[in-house]
Amino acid sequence: MSAPHLAQLNIALLKAPLDDPSMADFAAALDPINALADASPGFVWRYTDEGANDASASRPFGPDLLVNLSVWEDVESLRSYTYGNSGHLDYLRRRREWFAPLGRPGLVLWWVPAGTLPTLSEAGERLERLTANGPGPKAFTFRSPFPAPGAGAGLEHASDPG
Amino acid sequence: MTQDAADGRAGMTAEEAPGDPAIGAAGALADPVRRRLYRYVCERGEAGRADAAEALGVARTLAAFHLDRLAEAGLLEVERRRLTGRQGPGAGRPAKVYRRSGREVSLHLPPRDYEAAARLLAEAVERAGAEEALYAVAREEGRRRAAAAEGAEGPTRLEEVAAALAACGYEPVVPAAGEENGREENGGESGGQGCGQGGEVRLRNCPFRSLASDFPPLTCGMNLELVRGMIERWGGFTARTAPSPKGCCVAISKNKND
Repeated sequence: MSAPHLAQLNIALLKAPLDDPSMADFAAALDPINALADASPGFVWRYTDEGANDASASRPFGPDLLVNLSVWEDVESLRSYTYGNSGHLDYLRRRREWFAPLGRPGLVLWWVPAGTLPTLSEAGERLERLTANGPGPKAFTFRSPFPAPGAGAGLEHASDPG
Repeated sequence: MTQDAADGRAGMTAEEAPGDPAIGAAGALADPVRRRLYRYVCERGEAGRADAAEALGVARTLAAFHLDRLAEAGLLEVERRRLTGRQGPGAGRPAKVYRRSGREVSLHLPPRDYEAAARLLAEAVERAGAEEALYAVAREEGRRRAAAAEGAEGPTRLEEVAAALAACGYEPVVPAAGEENGREENGGESGGQGCGQGGEVRLRNCPFRSLASDFPPLTCGMNLELVRGMIERWGGFTARTAPSPKGCCVAISKNKND
């Protein structure tokens, strides 16, 4: 039996088209950041546009909304990639140079059975759920995480020394 | 919210008021020898009884007594470890190694809750997308701190920058001159704590720890600008993000062409 995996959707509202000079630093970072994710411990999968190495072309949620959809082994591996290295953290802390505030949640996390991949429409529904109801077991955030289904015993095991 | 505040509200007895656990922990530091021991352990990252006793010039049994009181108060945590190189029947019992615990003690009299205020403000800054205003404010504050800290000419060496940062609670580790690693005897577990290496000052303490764990980009971005504001006044230094699981996310180096 394999433990559930963690899916994440992040949407970001572009301040200008990706080829605008003001976006150059961010556009240049896409490839290295994606390569960093691919090489990170616990990385499982990320959504890419057909025939592309990233998801910057298709805009399923709106013409100015960049989409990032990925799957990780657990919350810690995603957290470690997201915040634990300067390669990614440096761009996160500068995000207002390139992205406008959304006025609603832009990041949602949820559990998926290992071996299954989330679809864009499912991801969109999870974000809607978080926006409507706040964090819960089916749609949550880093600040309010929920344990994987059936993970209670596993968590106790993990903290067992030795 | 601090852990102590939570404890106070959850399991309060008739005799125990909110804040009592924090007062108890602070009270454990009232003894001057104990305070010196606590500081010694924090500076070293970790220490055994014999090392601490020798460094402070007190009897080993006295050091052991006080170190254990600090552990009981939750300020230090203890690990039993067999000293390296000794194993088998003649090795004796594992020695106690002490290090600062992850517990945060916050004591405000009368009661104040600046941490809750900081969280609300952080969330509001994120929602409003006002990060750049926060960074600008942080950089200005850094400049003010630098102006307040500097002497006649201001620090020009890494050690002097480190001293100014120490005054702000960062606990800097400066690379020892001419050595790759200044404290080789320090148990070898210091990698994640940011031992000063390669001519960089690493900061062993994050003054914004619990806020940073909930709002990492915002807090680390603010902190970076704060440090940049400090070192910018002195010139010749560069600060960069270098996240570390235990310490501060900023590393400082002296510019090579300076």
